[in-house]
Amino acid sequence: MIEVKDLQKSFGDSHILKGITTSFDKGKTNLIIGQSGSGKTVFLKCLLGLFDYEEGSICYEGKNFSKLSRNEKTNLRSEMGMVFQGSALFDSMTIAENVMFPLRMFTKQSKSEMEDRVNIVLKRVNLDNAHDKKPSEASGGMQKRVAIARAIVNRPKFLFCDEPNSGLDPKTAIVIDNLIKEITEEFDITTVINTHDMNSVMEIGKKIVFLKDGLLEWEGSNETIFKTENEAVTDFVYSSELFRKVRKMYLEEDAK
Amino acid sequence: MTYLHNIGAYFIMIKDIFRRPTKWSVMKPLILKDIDDLIIGSLGIVAFISFFVGGVVAIQTSLNMTSPLMPKYLVGFATRQSIILEFAPTFISIIMAGKVGSFITSSIGTMRVTEQIDALEVMGINGINYLVFPKFIALTLYPFVISIAMFLGILGGLMACVYGGYGTMEDYIEGVQLDFIPFHFIYAFLKTLVFAFLLATIPSYYGYFMKGGALEVGKASTTSFVWTSVMIIMVNFLLTSLLLG
Repeated sequence: MIEVKDLQKSFGDSHILKGITTSFDKGKTNLIIGQSGSGKTVFLKCLLGLFDYEEGSICYEGKNFSKLSRNEKTNLRSEMGMVFQGSALFDSMTIAENVMFPLRMFTKQSKSEMEDRVNIVLKRVNLDNAHDKKPSEASGGMQKRVAIARAIVNRPKFLFCDEPNSGLDPKTAIVIDNLIKEITEEFDITTVINTHDMNSVMEIGKKIVFLKDGLLEWEGSNETIFKTENEAVTDFVYSSELFRKVRKMYLEEDAK
Repeated sequence: MTYLHNIGAYFIMIKDIFRRPTKWSVMKPLILKDIDDLIIGSLGIVAFISFFVGGVVAIQTSLNMTSPLMPKYLVGFATRQSIILEFAPTFISIIMAGKVGSFITSSIGTMRVTEQIDALEVMGINGINYLVFPKFIALTLYPFVISIAMFLGILGGLMACVYGGYGTMEDYIEGVQLDFIPFHFIYAFLKTLVFAFLLATIPSYYGYFMKGGALEVGKASTTSFVWTSVMIIMVNFLLTSLLLG
């Protein structure tokens, strides 16, 4: 579980996060949504410890990140997995080497133990035959799956994903969403996903945090989001005709 | 203010190169790869330039010795002095600032743009140590490149002198051996080591701390070349004043 209290972050005179208080549950896919410029990416980077913040606190299973020593922060980071928007795979390494990287850095496992673990994880993301390929030889969907494999190979307690299905076709996007959801439940991880994708919101949003202008505007789930009367949320989520119709159908069915 | 910020950030980066070191089993292949990319990969161009510039120095010296009173061995002497004192350590370093420096800046800058450095930091890895330290160690072999440049420069001078009809081999070799001062080698290699440090760290700084996209990677490479060259020239002046002045 991750608990965030009154998180505030500025860049110069620009106040990006204006006091966010929320929590992200273990074993659930927690989604951060909001318009471009609402502070989602800054919020995610604060959660990852990539940005320092001026006010507030972030506690990972009770551990306040800003009060940890440098070694404790390094240890905590080794318990985090991250799937970047552009996958951020290391170009110079093969897919198997990319996945093995966190094991080489943080464990004392033998090479055969690491190879076994890599095989298990790559199989889990349906990439059994891509070990020796370079990231540049893999498709966008494959790269995302490799990034997920690399993020979970060291059995993280926290998984962060920045727009994991951006740039993917709708079918592959659903495969990636479902994979993240299954992995979250299977390994009981606290997963936080930063997304614009409304399909993801509807499919895997067990908890949804909606940001607007650096403030938490609304929080709920993929079930309550249909019923919400919050104008900012409905404007954002149901901006397309299709989703307005889906919502109308859902509410009509719910009323029956 | 920007200059002061850059100078401060550069020195903080230097400190971070040695902080939280990466595991040796991971670091070793990175060092070997950087030796291959930065040292072995530069030998061809360094050998080519040194050989022909050595030849040009010998020809120019010979053509400018119009007085019959000047001994023929001065061609070898002047070529040796030019190559060992300045051409090999300083001008090869400026060429390397273009070749190796832009390679370092663009490869690290591309990692920044594609979030690979963020990925390292999220994992709790000291990205500066992981990326810059192997280059720093690889470039400690840079004097080896410069010694090859010295040898080939003097050899190029010999070839141009003898086969171009500007003098005899005996005269040239006599000139090369004339008034040899071993300290000049110490001076040259001391400069080389300082330049190697600049070549490893300034381009890394511009790559690591760049912001933006592909266009900015190109701009960062150009800026890193300019500043590495400027620093090499300034440090060269300083070291020459201190050691030979």
